[in-house]
Amino acid sequence: MDELKCECGHVNPTGTILCEACGKAVGNRQNENKLLDMRYEGSARRSQTYNKSIIDKIWNFFSSVKVGVSLIVIALVASSIGTIFPQETYIPSTIPASEYYEQEYGAFGKLYYLLGFHNLYSSWWYLVIIGMLGMSILIASIDRFFPLYRSLKNQKVVRHDSFMKRQRIFGITNVSNQEVNLEQITERLKKQRYRIREENGNILAEKGRFSRWGPYVNHIGLIIFLIGGLLRSVPGMYVDKVVWLREGEMKEIPGTNGEYYLKNNAFIFEVYDKGNKEDEAFVKAIEKTGTAIAKNYQSNVTLYKQEGEVLPGEKPQLQKVKDFEIKVNEPLKHDHYALYQVDYKLNEFSKMSFYLMDKKTEEKFGTLTIDLNDPKPSYQLKKGYSVELMSYFPDFEFKENGEPTTKTRIPNNPAFIFKMVTPDKPEGEVSFVAIRENIEPAGENVYKMAFAGVETRNATALTVRKDLTLGILFAGGIIFMIGVVQGAYWNHRRIWVKRKGEEIWIAGHTNKNWHGLKRDIALVVQTTPLFEPTDQLNEEKFSNKGEEISG
Amino acid sequence: MAELSGNLLYASFFLYLIATFLFGGSIQDKKGAEEKKQNKWAKLGITITIIGFVTQIGYFIMRWVAAGHAPVSNLFEFTTFFGMMLVGAFIWIYFIYKTPALGLFALPVAIVIIAYASMFPREISPLIPALQSDWLHIHVTTAALGQAVLAISFVAAIIYLVKSVDQTRSNKRTFWLEVVMFALMCTIGFVIVSSTFAMTGYKESITWVDKKGAEAELEYHIPSLIGPNEWTLADENQMKPLIEVPAIINAKKLNTVVWSVGAGFILYGLFRLIVRKRVAAFIQPVVKNVNLDLIDEISYRSVLIGFPIFTLGALIFAMIWAQIAWTRFWGWDPKEVWALITWLFYAAFLHLRLSRGWQGERSAWLALIGFGIIMFNLIAVNLVLAGLHSYA
Ligand code: HEM
Repeated sequence: MDELKCECGHVNPTGTILCEACGKAVGNRQNENKLLDMRYEGSARRSQTYNKSIIDKIWNFFSSVKVGVSLIVIALVASSIGTIFPQETYIPSTIPASEYYEQEYGAFGKLYYLLGFHNLYSSWWYLVIIGMLGMSILIASIDRFFPLYRSLKNQKVVRHDSFMKRQRIFGITNVSNQEVNLEQITERLKKQRYRIREENGNILAEKGRFSRWGPYVNHIGLIIFLIGGLLRSVPGMYVDKVVWLREGEMKEIPGTNGEYYLKNNAFIFEVYDKGNKEDEAFVKAIEKTGTAIAKNYQSNVTLYKQEGEVLPGEKPQLQKVKDFEIKVNEPLKHDHYALYQVDYKLNEFSKMSFYLMDKKTEEKFGTLTIDLNDPKPSYQLKKGYSVELMSYFPDFEFKENGEPTTKTRIPNNPAFIFKMVTPDKPEGEVSFVAIRENIEPAGENVYKMAFAGVETRNATALTVRKDLTLGILFAGGIIFMIGVVQGAYWNHRRIWVKRKGEEIWIAGHTNKNWHGLKRDIALVVQTTPLFEPTDQLNEEKFSNKGEEISG
Repeated sequence: MAELSGNLLYASFFLYLIATFLFGGSIQDKKGAEEKKQNKWAKLGITITIIGFVTQIGYFIMRWVAAGHAPVSNLFEFTTFFGMMLVGAFIWIYFIYKTPALGLFALPVAIVIIAYASMFPREISPLIPALQSDWLHIHVTTAALGQAVLAISFVAAIIYLVKSVDQTRSNKRTFWLEVVMFALMCTIGFVIVSSTFAMTGYKESITWVDKKGAEAELEYHIPSLIGPNEWTLADENQMKPLIEVPAIINAKKLNTVVWSVGAGFILYGLFRLIVRKRVAAFIQPVVKNVNLDLIDEISYRSVLIGFPIFTLGALIFAMIWAQIAWTRFWGWDPKEVWALITWLFYAAFLHLRLSRGWQGERSAWLALIGFGIIMFNLIAVNLVLAGLHSYA
């Protein structure tokens, strides 16, 4: 690799534009009459130096800010498309997506579905865009960070004249017959927390250099965040299940491989109440809404842990871990797992009771209570009286051919076929009983099953979640924030003071916030004979001012 | 308590109005427009602004006490809060740059936003379980503050464009600048229309047939120009809708939009008739003393200051809360996606600034678009694209 030696003696890497040490133009790339392009200090960036091999070309592609911005804009537009209609996860689960979009949104909806936009954010092409964005962030940062770091580390106090003149903030004061107290200037700079380097009466005052690393830090944060997102698809990192628990019920928590069990002791549902003292402020809103406004969903649960090995067919040995009240916004957390309140069902039938009754005399021969989730095959009543449960349909409906069947296993609409055995009818009488229905398939019966009562209970749905990537994502987020604040709330300011015979030259540079830099300089030179340097960007005819640069 | 809070909000509204005029007075005189040399008018202007801001904080605290939760939980509360943060952000930036022109433009924007907010139901509403979290308050307040600081960049951009766009010829630039002015008029039109009909207690009941073929009831509070699918009026003497839209379109919302845009056209038309100039041309003399470079820098600085706050509030805090309340930190809900889009847009803005060509006027146009996205997220996403966040 051939290197570039500047006349100040410093050896620069190939591709350097401005000497790292003195700032003189060493490449021939800078238009000599203009303000210096100070981005990345004119350092040697790989992407600006090599363009031969295919790797160079890929590198250069991804390190271009133009490409980066295009990718950001493409990601932005793609993301917005996904909000035109709801994504598949948000549509009712009762209708298949293939029908839903057309039904709800007409021809556009159908097109939306056919293009796969109903699942846009997990589509391969969306992931490709995000992946390319990540590549771009990574490569662009590497391309710039190392040269910039080198350049700032190697900078010398005294800068070349051409470097000084071509700074945006620049001014010359002739001090032939005046005293200039450089010490006072240094003091004032120090007071503004500049770090001072001095060499033969020349000054380099610098502050906030660390803010130059801000973008790189925030880009690292973004990369870590994206990696965290990728890890989600690694098995074991991520669990997402739902468990339904009725009051009093205990179940293995899915996704924990039998390690944890949960018991639902009670589910509580509360609404805001006009008559309630503490809800007084909301009376108007409650009246206006008309319907009840939910105040609290809460599952009182007990968590158990399975101890030791379980052999198949054996009962697990459960050890109580803790009692907890799970509410929305207050998940139960234990051992990387979290249980969230997500859904509920109130007043599900749990038990139903019936009398065995003589239809004519209405004499009762005892009651039986059926546990709807665990019915018994037969129920013994008074001596000589018994009832056999021939069939049970928890969620009953008639099939098209007129036969009874059950839709689900949940006792939403229980129906029974009983056989009533009594001393006078030892063969038994058959009766079909459902809610508000009593059918006697074999003709007139003497006895009937009369409804005696129902017990209900609530059910709760909890999401079981384990997400080991959260820590990584959080770290990425924090690092991003640190970097972005570092780069945005501080800035890198430098002021050069150079003695040149009878003259004192002042030049200033900042990566952003020129207003702040100018204010700093104004404070330094006030009451001294030094002129406040001018902002050359504001002087229209600047382009003629440049000096010839030799070599 | 709730009443006192309401009165404080009115008071701050009028104080902002007064302050606007004071800033107007301050830049009439040449000295006032220069940075750091504030004249009396400007000093008075910023003082009144601060008093107004403190008054509005009073409103906020009173309402908080009355409701038992921070008042950022429905569209009215959130939007007024956004207006308040806008004033706060203006005060903050004002003390960095001391440019009264900023006040002359920022305060009217805040005023219109607060007026707009007041058109939504103002009852103190209880929090549904999902919203009962401190993270809600933390997330919403920081996000609003971030958006407000970003909005200052819009205000500076407007000043920049009003001054820099050549008004002697008409071209794309004058056109788009007028579009912004027109949008402002539509918002004012919305406020005028809604408050007029609200004052007269206008009500119209319409029965219609929804997507599933079921009959449904709708109540209009402004006369129906746009009627829903197969409408029938409850009262024959009511005004009949002019146009009927299919069931997949929300006729009531579209009706409001049509009224607002119509009112905007009338306001804008009247303005052009009376003044015989473009709106931007009319206000151009007001900003003649403004230093363009300084305004450009203010616009850029506000993005720089606002971007990290926005990231923290609208993305990071939002994700933390979503993880707790909805079991997942990110769910591609429209409101979330639009926060992401806003964030990506301002990231693009910052990267474009890195190359020289995108400073000054171009960056001012970008700042307008950015504010457009923020407003879209605030208004359209809540009202049009339904999602978990929809307050309405
Ligand atoms: C969503 C994605 C991105 C975000 C949020 C982001 C964020 C940032 C921020 C906040 C800055 C500081 C800007 C300033 O201080 O004015 C920055 C600088 C920068 N970004 Fe990004 N960036 C993203 C993507 C990219 C991409 C794809 C590239 C690829 C070219 C890129 C290249 C750069 C460069 C070159 C800088 C300037 C570094 C410097 O001044 O030393 N960024 N980025």
